[in-house]
Amino acid sequence: MLNRTADSVARATPEPLARKVRGISDKGLAWLFISPTILLLLAINIFPLFWAIYLSFTNYRANRSNEVVKNLGFANYQRILGDQDVWIAMQTTAHFVFWTILLQTVIGFTLAWLIDRKFRGHAFWTTIILVPMMLSPAVVGNFWRFLYQPQTGLFNYIVAFFTGVPPSSFEMLGSVQLAPWAIVIVDTWMWTPYVMLICLAGLRSIPEYIYEAAEVDRASNWRQFWSITLPMALPFIMLAVLFRGIENFKMFDMVNLLTGGGPGSTTEVASITLKRQAFESWRTGYSSAFAIILFVAVFGLANIYVKALNKVKQR
Amino acid sequence: MSLTSAHSVVAPSANSKRIAGAIIIAYALISIVPLLWIFATSFKTPPDSIAYPPKIVFQPSIEGYCNLFTTRTRQTPEYINSLGPATGICDETARERNMVIAGPSNFLPRFVNSLIIAFGSTFCAVFLGTLSAYGFSRFKVPLADDLLFFILSTRMMPPIAVAIPIYLMYRELGLSDTALGMILLYTAVNVSLAVWLLKGFIDEIPREYEEAAMIDGYTRLQAFWRTVLPQATTGIAATAIFCLIFAWNEYAFASLLTSGTAQTAPPFIPTIIGEGGQDWPAVAAGTTIFLVPILVFTILLRKQLLRGITFGAVRK
Repeated sequence: MLNRTADSVARATPEPLARKVRGISDKGLAWLFISPTILLLLAINIFPLFWAIYLSFTNYRANRSNEVVKNLGFANYQRILGDQDVWIAMQTTAHFVFWTILLQTVIGFTLAWLIDRKFRGHAFWTTIILVPMMLSPAVVGNFWRFLYQPQTGLFNYIVAFFTGVPPSSFEMLGSVQLAPWAIVIVDTWMWTPYVMLICLAGLRSIPEYIYEAAEVDRASNWRQFWSITLPMALPFIMLAVLFRGIENFKMFDMVNLLTGGGPGSTTEVASITLKRQAFESWRTGYSSAFAIILFVAVFGLANIYVKALNKVKQR
Repeated sequence: MSLTSAHSVVAPSANSKRIAGAIIIAYALISIVPLLWIFATSFKTPPDSIAYPPKIVFQPSIEGYCNLFTTRTRQTPEYINSLGPATGICDETARERNMVIAGPSNFLPRFVNSLIIAFGSTFCAVFLGTLSAYGFSRFKVPLADDLLFFILSTRMMPPIAVAIPIYLMYRELGLSDTALGMILLYTAVNVSLAVWLLKGFIDEIPREYEEAAMIDGYTRLQAFWRTVLPQATTGIAATAIFCLIFAWNEYAFASLLTSGTAQTAPPFIPTIIGEGGQDWPAVAAGTTIFLVPILVFTILLRKQLLRGITFGAVRK
């Protein structure tokens, strides 16, 4: 296999060595290595995406595949943008994203800031805190449904114990006012550790000499926090917000298991509407158009946000 | 990032350390209570599981686990008395409730599906991911940044959005409700994470190793095999566990694209019904069994966790 002559030639010419190898050229090898992944993604991601784009212009219904497919042009898109329910679902989604991110960022950053003090046993307790985010959102949603049982659930019992309100008087998942908050609580319970972990990395990235300089200048602790800690950790906090934002915009599993969008449609986030349209009403064309709109929205918002993030980083 | 690194940005006083510690421990306990509660519920009897006030002290029972793995039918006491002695502890608990065991439940096949699909897709994703990551890390690939961003962006699509065309495509190809279909799908979803993470790990291995190997007469492929792969083992292992956890936990695709033979545990566990509603001890037992691997992996991975959840965007 080894070609000694080529080898000695290669040894005589040190620099382009990496380019000229027996058998396959580096360029060929690069494509050989990369193309399987690209092909798989084209087959399972891009092809379906284009199919969805095509379907979004039709009245196709997946449960009646024998019907003649009609081209509707932009009618589906028009109908979605004029549909009251869709706008309500988008609003519900926006509320969830706003509240979950606000709570998770505030609590997560505070926890990280406290853990950074390196008290005894902090590594152990940090690991415990990290457990919820490793679980399956479906399983989490399901067992929180158990904790939220109005008559017998642990959550209701604890709230009743501390507030004195009879537990049967509030139904976390069945009440129009409480159901959205029930989901916000579970999401915050599950994902605060995620934000905490990223914030902790941010805090650990701040070089110590900056604080030492601040001490020399006799800056107060408060001042140090606002002028050093927070701005230096900001890119990390923003990154956590980006990741959580994308995930919560897509939120489906937990909501589907906790409330299924109910009561009524108070917790019907965009993904739930989409599932109902696509897999219950079987309006495939219409739901494809909705899916495209959602994808463009996530993609667009994420891109704008990343630009802002890069600006903060460069400061 | 290391949770135990010696470096700290603040030089806190002993007192502030103590307060911080107390708050963190309190938060950790609150956040772990729901899990402990599920674990406890898995050892309760159905009446105990819905008792009010919630029972903290109770007589442990393995009924939940028996109900998880078997199906039972209600019988008259006369019929039950006419049977011979109970075979095994599950049969005994069933008879106490005037039931006999009719056969195995669907839990085990669903759990096995989860194992097959999670491990199968992890293997494929890590295999493809390692090759691509090496390609991106070591060769001049035209449009590399665009390709990498494309790979990442496939993760931004809401699963439900992709599920519609994939459902149609799988129906045409005969892949709906098959393990192979789910393995392909999860491989495609996970390969983006695998490429990004592994590229980070491979970037950190000095190129000099391969150059030295090639000067010794190895080909590029041999150099990859003999020098880069062994160096990247830790990174590959961590990546594999992240892919495994994702595939293990995935619910949206699984619930929409599988219904019977290829259904995994996450969509199955919530459907466990007992007499008169959800059989909570059985659900809790299924959840507990399902969570154990994740708990082990969390402890193993805690040092790599940050990389894994941020696609390697944040390192130490």
